[in-house]
Amino acid sequence: MLKQVEGSVAIAESVALCRPEVICAYPITPQTHIVEALSRMVKDGRLHPCEYINVESEFAALSVAIGASACGARAYTATASQGILFMAEAVYNASGLGLPMVMTVGNRAIGAPINIWNDHTDSMALRDAGWIQLYAETNQEAADLHIQAFRLSEAISLPVMVCVDGFILTHAYERVDVPTQEQVDAYLPRYEPRQVLDPAEPVTIGAMVGPEAFMEVRYLAHHRQMEAIGLIPELAAEFHAVFGRDSGGLLHAYRTEDADTVVCALGSVNGTIKDVVDELRDDGVRIGSISLCSFRPFPMAALASAIGTAKRVVTIEKSLSIGIGGNLSHNLRMALQGRGGEVHTVIAGLGGRSITRESLRRVFREAIENRLEPLSFLDLDRGVVERQLERERQVRRSGPAAEAILRDIGAVAARPV
Amino acid sequence: MSGPAQVKFYQTGTFTIGNRLLDVSVRSVQADENRSNSLTSGHRACQGCGEALGARYALDTAMRATGNRIVVANATGCLEVFSTPYPESSWQMPWLHSLFGNAPAVATGMAAAMKVKGRTDVRVIAQGGDGGTVDIGFGCLSGMFERNDDVLYICYDNEAYMNTGVQRSSATPPAARTATTPAVGGEPGNVMHQGKNVPLIAMAHGIPYVATATVADLRDLEYKVDRAMGIHGARYLHVHVPCPLGWGSAPHDTVKVARLAVECGLFPVFEAVDGEVVGRRTIRRRVATDEYLKLQSRFRHLFSPKRDEERLAAIQAIADRNIARFGLLGEGVPA
Repeated sequence: MLKQVEGSVAIAESVALCRPEVICAYPITPQTHIVEALSRMVKDGRLHPCEYINVESEFAALSVAIGASACGARAYTATASQGILFMAEAVYNASGLGLPMVMTVGNRAIGAPINIWNDHTDSMALRDAGWIQLYAETNQEAADLHIQAFRLSEAISLPVMVCVDGFILTHAYERVDVPTQEQVDAYLPRYEPRQVLDPAEPVTIGAMVGPEAFMEVRYLAHHRQMEAIGLIPELAAEFHAVFGRDSGGLLHAYRTEDADTVVCALGSVNGTIKDVVDELRDDGVRIGSISLCSFRPFPMAALASAIGTAKRVVTIEKSLSIGIGGNLSHNLRMALQGRGGEVHTVIAGLGGRSITRESLRRVFREAIENRLEPLSFLDLDRGVVERQLERERQVRRSGPAAEAILRDIGAVAARPV
Repeated sequence: MSGPAQVKFYQTGTFTIGNRLLDVSVRSVQADENRSNSLTSGHRACQGCGEALGARYALDTAMRATGNRIVVANATGCLEVFSTPYPESSWQMPWLHSLFGNAPAVATGMAAAMKVKGRTDVRVIAQGGDGGTVDIGFGCLSGMFERNDDVLYICYDNEAYMNTGVQRSSATPPAARTATTPAVGGEPGNVMHQGKNVPLIAMAHGIPYVATATVADLRDLEYKVDRAMGIHGARYLHVHVPCPLGWGSAPHDTVKVARLAVECGLFPVFEAVDGEVVGRRTIRRRVATDEYLKLQSRFRHLFSPKRDEERLAAIQAIADRNIARFGLLGEGVPA
C-alpha cells in the first residue's frame, strides 16, 4: 500500500511484517523513531506474539538478541553511532556464534567531537565484524531490505546489518510502498534455526576454541559471506517476483555502459550522484555511477563487471579511515586488481556536511581532467585547518581544537557572551 | 519459616550431617544416585575448586526442580573456560557462553524467546564469577533485575579475577593479596573499606528473591536454588566459593574455609523476599576472623612478620557488624 511516511516508520512497518519475536530497544538518535514505532505496534497488539524489551544499553540490546536467537526466536534491534561501538563486542560475538538476526543502523558520525548527523563512520567501524552489511539508497529500499535481510540472515545463519542514512532517510517523509502481510509471509518462511538451546537436545554453544580450530571456525563465516554473494541477487530476484519492484541485490549500476568515469558510493548520496551523472551526460560526458548495496560481502566480480572498461573510478565516501583515507576505495582496488585505471577517493559529508550537486560536479570534472588527487576531501575548508595548525604551532597550551575551530568560523554557540 | 526443615542428627562434637540417616525423600539432591551431574566429570577445574562444587550443587538442584528443563547463559571466566575446552563440554543441559559482561542480558533474551514461544516450562539460569557479575556484568545485571526478567542469576563469588591470574575485583575482601593488590608497601594487600555488596544491591531492586549461600552448606544451597526455581521473575543467588589457587588455601580445605567464613561472620548467609530479609543461617560456633584468615596465604601479611593489629581489628569489626546486622547469633531462628 502506498503511504507518505517517515523513513523510520516505513522501516518499522516492514520489520513488523517480518514477525520478529523479540525486539530489544535502546534509544539513540537517529534510529529512535524505528523502535518507538515498533513499541506502539507491540503494545497495541498489532505485532503479536512479540516480546519488546527496553534494555539499559546497546551492549545489552544486542546481548538480548543473541540469547533470543540462540533459543530459536527471530530477533531484531536498531542502533546508531556510539551505540554500535558500545555493543561492538557483541557484534563480533553474534557473527562468531553464527546467530541470525537483523539490526538497523541509522548511520551517524562517531564522536569526539560529538555529532548526531549522518555519515558512515559507525557501520564502517564494524565492517569486519562478520555481519552482512547492506546499504539502502532510498526509503523504499530501506523498508524492502529489512524483509530481504531476515530471509538472508536465516538462510546463511549470519547476522545482517541494514544501514540507513540517519536523518536523510530515517527522518525523511517519502512515498513508500508498504507491502502486505500476505506478500511478506509468502517471501519469508518461518525461522528454522541451525542451532538451538533446547532441553530435549542439550548443546553447548560458545565453547572455547584454541589455535587448533579457531581459523576454521572464523573461515566458515567468510565462506558463508562468499555464498551470500550468490544468494543476495537470487533473493532480490525473488523479491521482485513477489513484490513487483527492484530492491536490494549486490549493486545498482546507473548509466555505466560506455562510461569512462564511474562514481561509486554507498547509501542515499547515490540519489544526488545520479542527478549529477544525468547533468554531465547531457553535456556529453561519458559518466555513470554504482550504488553499492552489499558492502559485506564485497561483491568484487559484480563490481569489476559494472565498472567495465572505465578509465577511472571516483568513490564518494562518508567515512574516513584516518591515516590512509577511504574504506570503500581500499576495498574497490581489490576488485580492480590486474587492470588499469585510476581510483580517486573523495571523502565527503562527514558529520552531516551537505554533499551538493555543485561540489560533486566540480570534483567529477576535476577527475575527468586529471586534476583530482588520489585522496581529497570534499568542501574541506583548508583555511580553517591551517589557522588551527598555526595556533598550535604558536602556543603549547592551544586548548581544545574543536572549540577553537568553532570560534574561528564564528559558530553562534561558540561566541563569547 | 526459613531454610530447610531443621534436622538435628549430627554427631556430638562434629557438624557433619549424616545424610544417610534421613528418609530418602528428604535427602539432598547430591545424595541421589540419579542426580543429573549437570557439570559432569572430566572438566579442568583445579583441585579443590569451590566454583565447580557450587555450580554442580546449584544446577543439579535446578535440574531436579524443573524436570531437567533449564537453559543456561554463562559469563566468561574460570567456570566457562574449565568446563568447555573445545570440542569437549561438561554441561549436561543447553548452555551458551557469549561474553564476559553480558550473561544477564543473554539470559533475558532466552527468557523472552521461551515466553514468546509458549515454552514457559523451560527456565533460564545465568551464571558467572564475581568479576563477571559485580564488575563488568553489573550494568546488564541491574537491567535484568529492574525489568524483573524471569531469570535466576547465580554468582559464584571467589573474590577476585581468578581466570586471568588472581586480580582484584570489587568483591575482593579488604587487605587480601591479589596480583593487582600486591602484599607490598605500607598497607599491603587490598585497600580497606572498598567494594560493593551485590546481594544488598539486588535487594534494593525489589526483586522477588535474593539469597546468599556457601559450598559449606549443601542443604541450604539446594534449598535456596529449589525455592528460587519455584518463583518467577528476577532472582539472585550469591554463592561463596573458595579458590585454593587464588586464596592460597589447601585444596582439601575448601569446605572448611567456606564454613569458617560463615562462622566468623564475614560471609552472612541469608535470604530476602521482595527486598526484605526473611531468614538467616545462624552461626553454630562463632570463631574469630583470624581463624578464617590464617588458612589463606592471601592474608599472610596480616600475621607476619608481625601482626597487623589495626587491620585485623578492622576486619573483625566488619564481621561483628554483619553478625549484628543480620542477627546471625539469633536464638530460635531456624537454621
